[in-house]
Amino acid sequence: MIGKLGKGITKSQIWRSIFRVGIPTDNRKRALAMLGNVVLHLHPIKVKKSGIRMSYTWCMGGTAFFLFLVETITGLLLMFYYRPTVEYAYVDMLDLREAMAFGIMRELHRWGAHAMVIAVWLHMFRVFMTGSYKPPREFNWNIGVILLVLTLLLSFTGYLLPWDQLAIWAITVGSNMARATPLLGHEGPGAALLSLGGQKLIHVGSDARFALIAGRTIGGGTLIRFYVLHCVGIPLVAAFLIAVHFWRVRKDGGISGPV
Amino acid sequence: MADDETRDAPAPADERPAAPAPGAEQELRAPAGAGSEPPSAAAKPAPAKPHAPAAAASGAAPPAADRAPQPLAKKQPTPPDQSAFGPPRAAGKGAKVAAGEVTRRQFSWAAVAWVGFAAAIGGCVSAMTRFMFPNVLYEPPTNFKVGRPDDFPPGVVDTRFVDQYGVWVVNEGGRIFSLIAICTHLGCPPAWLATQNKFKCPCHGSGYYKSGINFEGPTPRPLERARVYISPDDGQIVVDKAQKFQWEMGQWEDPNSYISIA
Repeated sequence: MIGKLGKGITKSQIWRSIFRVGIPTDNRKRALAMLGNVVLHLHPIKVKKSGIRMSYTWCMGGTAFFLFLVETITGLLLMFYYRPTVEYAYVDMLDLREAMAFGIMRELHRWGAHAMVIAVWLHMFRVFMTGSYKPPREFNWNIGVILLVLTLLLSFTGYLLPWDQLAIWAITVGSNMARATPLLGHEGPGAALLSLGGQKLIHVGSDARFALIAGRTIGGGTLIRFYVLHCVGIPLVAAFLIAVHFWRVRKDGGISGPV
Repeated sequence: MADDETRDAPAPADERPAAPAPGAEQELRAPAGAGSEPPSAAAKPAPAKPHAPAAAASGAAPPAADRAPQPLAKKQPTPPDQSAFGPPRAAGKGAKVAAGEVTRRQFSWAAVAWVGFAAAIGGCVSAMTRFMFPNVLYEPPTNFKVGRPDDFPPGVVDTRFVDQYGVWVVNEGGRIFSLIAICTHLGCPPAWLATQNKFKCPCHGSGYYKSGINFEGPTPRPLERARVYISPDDGQIVVDKAQKFQWEMGQWEDPNSYISIA
């Protein structure tokens, strides 16, 4: 009876349109199952034994990706309550911590962010030490460097959102670096060269820092700008580059083996 | 059946040759599940001899063998040296176990893993669902004091509380009652037009008398009234919006729906 029902389900058009290959019982079917799935096909069909050895990979790339997923899910949940305005940001953060069921959600997001930065650095270190940046993987190394920068930018933009004194002054200090941008920062080298008829084009109200923080000092404009970058802008780019990163691993012959 | 056997074959996955390219090409283009026995069966390093007839048989009736999930219990027993659960002597011991006792072969770590995985997912989903129900609200209270009965002279509609709490307090016909400022047509906020002596909804033009009874526009029924009572602490009128009274259900005669000023 149950067997008949199960057979009826697994033979139905709905089931077969989803699970096209059936139970992957041999190598060929396993390969087809991987190839036929938009997510799984980013992963190599075959992984070398060394590729799953913890002592070789440290699983740091996978850990970083796992933490990216954790940050996405917990961040999405936090977005349901957090309002990125000067009036509400701080109290909403306090409520998320103290008054919510599962106040741990914010702590997961915060500690996950710290862990992700560490994991990404360790992943880079491992790839360097195993020489996995060498051709044909040099392109993927560059993708990885961009992903490292994006991870740090996610951390930086997220740091402002609690809107406490630590956040505001940390971003003040951090964004002050943009003053010294060559040509585009009003205190940077070459900025004085950009002038038109004696009028300076790059000043405190028109330089790179001004565009970054949407004002001369950290304020409500900075908060919403960093919020949008943190929740939408950078994650979109990062998700795309992560897909490229995985795809390149596969295309470059899987995880590199020990030399 | 032949597929099951090859899964348990001793060769590690990455050392086994994949299906030959021509066959694979053909299978990729073919509709899903249409493939029967792959042409590479003979090329596999699996012990081909004893299973050759079985392969031929499954080739004759392919779909069932392809798709029907084989229950774990019915799986062909693996050779003892392939067992991941212990030394080979486990197989010899298996014959002596008492009836009803779970042997090490029947015990499945995969089942434990799946149950654990399902529990973890279930826990996460429950936590996320609970997370969507806030513990703290920043809404005006539904229960609030509006003043002493003397503050509401007869025949006057008091509009002081409508912006914050969404109610009018009315003294009419020897009773003080509280009308909820939600149009019973589609939920817009009506306004009290003192010059025309009526409540008028801006959305679709529903009109109500001072008592809350509807007389014009599309609304099907009167406004609703909230519970009012005298606070035992200080004699102030308390409005409790959590309890509503509807005229068409005869609830306006409920003593909780008004305060008598005789």
